[in-house]
Amino acid sequence: MIETLTLMKPELIITFIIFLLLFIKIGKGVKSETMLLLIQVLLLLNFITGFIFNSEGNLFDGMYQTTAMMALQKNILSLGIYLISLLFASWFKKSEHMLEFFILMLSALLGMFFLISSGNLLMFFLALELATIPVAAMANFDLDKKVSSEAAMKMILSSAFSSGILLFGISLIYGATGTISFTELPLYLDGSPLQILAFLFLFTAFAFKLSIVPFHLWTADVYEGSPIAVTSFLSVISKGAVTFIFISTLYKVFQPINEVWYNMIMILSIASMVIGNLFALRQQNIKRFIAFSSIAQVGFILVGISSNSAQGISSVVYFILIYIFSNLAAFGVASAISSQTGKENINDYKGLYQTNPFLSLVLVLALFSLAGIPPTAGFFGKLFLLTAGASKGSYLFITIAALNMIISLYYYLRIVRAVFMEKNEQPIEKIEIDLSAKFALTICAAGIVLIGLLSWTYDYIQSLS
Amino acid sequence: MQPGLYHILFISTVLFFIGVFGFFTRRNLVTMLMSIELILNSVNLNFITFNKYVWPNKLDGLFFTIFVIAIAAAEAAVAIAIIINLYRTHQSIDVENAEEMKF
Repeated sequence: MIETLTLMKPELIITFIIFLLLFIKIGKGVKSETMLLLIQVLLLLNFITGFIFNSEGNLFDGMYQTTAMMALQKNILSLGIYLISLLFASWFKKSEHMLEFFILMLSALLGMFFLISSGNLLMFFLALELATIPVAAMANFDLDKKVSSEAAMKMILSSAFSSGILLFGISLIYGATGTISFTELPLYLDGSPLQILAFLFLFTAFAFKLSIVPFHLWTADVYEGSPIAVTSFLSVISKGAVTFIFISTLYKVFQPINEVWYNMIMILSIASMVIGNLFALRQQNIKRFIAFSSIAQVGFILVGISSNSAQGISSVVYFILIYIFSNLAAFGVASAISSQTGKENINDYKGLYQTNPFLSLVLVLALFSLAGIPPTAGFFGKLFLLTAGASKGSYLFITIAALNMIISLYYYLRIVRAVFMEKNEQPIEKIEIDLSAKFALTICAAGIVLIGLLSWTYDYIQSLS
Repeated sequence: MQPGLYHILFISTVLFFIGVFGFFTRRNLVTMLMSIELILNSVNLNFITFNKYVWPNKLDGLFFTIFVIAIAAAEAAVAIAIIINLYRTHQSIDVENAEEMKF
């Protein structure tokens, strides 16, 4: 009993918070400012408790497993949720359904925790559904906006379709091997055609969730139409969680057929980087722009995954950590501007530095980090990803990835140029950002700079993988 | 003649691809949802068949089927709520009319 409590600590805490919020929702109405403060404190506590009383082990006959690495991955996601609750405070206060939003978001987070810890295809499927269905409801949160309901429709249909494909793959795997446990599966995988077909279905479902080209078509529309808090949740937390489980299933469960998936990942990675970059070049809406740039980023993550080594895991986890800081900073700035002025077009950002120096500096830092310019952390993240990928020995692949980094520089620096160098008759007026958003943006900026410079962060991640 | 493993697998595969075909060609959102249900039911059939003919002494397939049915219900509930809201904003449940965002 005690073992269950300690091993499942992160999930139990999240469940407790969800129930607490539900009871508060049933009871008398509390002022939304105090409520938001309470939620922020709870999420901070959740993040802090992630560091203490961690233990390793299996539960429920191996259906649930946890290691120090998984605890770290859960902590990274908790940190992201905490930052989201700070960054979009002004939007939450305005929304009359703030509690429901947090209940849905925490349910999705609970699903992601179980997803990371899953040791069985059944558990994996249930957790994946718990992590995606609430997000579709969240995408619909601007109830009277046309784009929001369209985004939610695209999200739920594509995720339901991809889970259908995933299930078909799982059923074929069950037929071919007779087991759904992650520890037993590698013993039965021998690369027979039926198993390869089943793996293909599974891989397709992962590609849908990670928005890898050619399964990326829903991404841009959903990112553009959803409220900006949901967009940042989708692009950072969801993507991070699915990447973590993707890498652990590939490395642990599908290790016997690694020649098969190495080639698949190489081709899809090149496709994601090229197409993500080329489409990002022509975007004018900032949310849509970040959507396509995140497709290109997934291509880079795949370079790291292709290495099939411990360095692959550590570099991907490190990159996700940096990606959370940089992407949330970019979204935080975009949300501060769009919630006050309604402007989401890149041309509106011209001359932003004259009126809003703090926001412009954070935005530029985030974009430098996403583009991978030293000394920001993004440079080291991409460096480690490419080094890990190069250890496999396909230098053509790494060269294409490096060339894509140069293409991506063009569109990231286009915004930097608009913010700093271009003149504008009517720049965006001075924007009042509230204290918590300012605090979160400072954390993000500090994270972007410091994680790259403090080498123990990477050493710590590497010691766990 | 007793139906064997291959007969039922044939049916479930056909059902799967009817679902995929319907999902890609239908323009009505509720019909698209029905196509997804077809896919999920073909999966259920697959699990049951493998459990009966290939791995008769295991129970994983049967359990999986129960969970798939429950998840399908949850997914349909959220999807229909979203479709109702889409109808409120667009006055239509045709995907061709939901086209504010493109490329």
